[in-house]
Amino acid sequence: MTRNKYLGLVLLATTMLGGCANLGVEPWQRDLLAKESMALTNGIDGSLDDHIYFSKEASSGGKSFGGGGCGCN
Amino acid sequence: MQLKKSKTQPINIQAALALATCSLLGTATASEAENEWQFDTAVLVYSEVDRVSAVEVIVNGNKEYDDQHFLNLRFTIDSLTGASANGAVAQPNAQTFTRPSGNGQYTIEADETPLDDTFKDTRVQLNAQWTQPLSPNITLSSGAHLSKEFDYLSLGVNSNIAVDFNRRNSTFSVGFSYFNDTLSPEGDIPVAFSSMLIGDSNSVTWDEEFALTRAKGSDGKTTTDILLGFTQVISRRMITQFNYSYSMIDGYLTDPFKVLSVVNQHGITQDLIYENRPGKRTKQSVYAQTKYHFDTGVLDLSYRYLWDNWQITSHTIDSKFRIDLGKGRFIEPHFRYYQQQAAEFYRPFLTENDPVPAFASSDYRIGEMTAITLGAKYAVPINNGNELGFRLEYYHQQPTNSGFDALGVLADLELYQSVKAIFFQVSYSFQ
Repeated sequence: MTRNKYLGLVLLATTMLGGCANLGVEPWQRDLLAKESMALTNGIDGSLDDHIYFSKEASSGGKSFGGGGCGCN
Repeated sequence: MQLKKSKTQPINIQAALALATCSLLGTATASEAENEWQFDTAVLVYSEVDRVSAVEVIVNGNKEYDDQHFLNLRFTIDSLTGASANGAVAQPNAQTFTRPSGNGQYTIEADETPLDDTFKDTRVQLNAQWTQPLSPNITLSSGAHLSKEFDYLSLGVNSNIAVDFNRRNSTFSVGFSYFNDTLSPEGDIPVAFSSMLIGDSNSVTWDEEFALTRAKGSDGKTTTDILLGFTQVISRRMITQFNYSYSMIDGYLTDPFKVLSVVNQHGITQDLIYENRPGKRTKQSVYAQTKYHFDTGVLDLSYRYLWDNWQITSHTIDSKFRIDLGKGRFIEPHFRYYQQQAAEFYRPFLTENDPVPAFASSDYRIGEMTAITLGAKYAVPINNGNELGFRLEYYHQQPTNSGFDALGVLADLELYQSVKAIFFQVSYSFQ
């Protein structure tokens, strides 16, 4: 990856942080965000899919650890 | 009227306070389920046309021990059988290959992509994860991993720390994981680029000659991952996540079961040699995900860009739209698009007049390809919040030519065969 790309990532992160201070909700506005369907965690479906794609493609991880884990690749 | 009102008021306030507290903590379900195990289970059947079939069973248990102290245990078992591409190219005549164990041979018909049909394994995996707050805004999560197959052992640890700020609307996280894998294939690990021994496996000299193509009994690799994450609540309906991951893999990264065809100028195979990959791979990726809650459902969109020092790059777009059907039932259509560029040492075959490169592999999984997944999940609640779900997915993988000229007879043969798979899953969550 070139230096310019790294610089771009840092700039993006800084801009995001600056803008994020004004984003968000008050605690009593979390009714929808508290639902399980809005959770960002990788559930069982995600784990099974990760295992399949890890075995069939050259990419893994990104959302969570891509790790080793099995000899299926 | 006045008296009646004042009697009911305290109860209403109590209920309102309880609701507000749950909303503040965002853990209504966890609080109600205190000290009870919550189980998520699933059975997945995966089947490729003419190739691999697999059955995978997962039991995942989650328990809150103290306020926000969670133990997660997961048990996975899967069984694989079927045929896997051995890396050689199809030929206009039948081809004979020696099995990776050295015990026996198999023949592939003319014009067919060579598949080794002895692919068979059972794997057991255990994961344990402990998550707890260190302070009101800092959460620590650490875990261990064990996966065992007949010829493979993987041990791993991980740890992640997350810091909430901006009224818990923003979260930074830093994660680390380390895996140590050991591979001990039946028939040992082949000498890189040595020729596959083909002949009479019952002859008295067979074992001695086969041993000359073997390097050692086992080898291993380590994987170190660093994951930086940032999560941001955008609005009452929208949340986003951005991750950057850096992964270092060191050790034996070659597939001991894969060979390359060495062909002459007419495309006819002259030799079959075991592949060889570099012993180091550095992967990086950026990942973005957003979820938006509509009145009728939830849209889940994500994108990942991955690149590595093998010159593999890939784009992954994943989208799900959960449509609520009322009474807790929902249907969730799913579409995934994946595209990858080939590793710099990927070669569909080698030619006999060219010098053997330092590294080469014809494994289509590190070649250029496009894949799509189309599917849907349907779930229905039963008995006090338990949930039963069904998921059906179709996966189509299309390897493509990344600029290699097909010599002679190879021009008329299928060198980039597609892989089609169906997977079906039944899941059940209960307390």
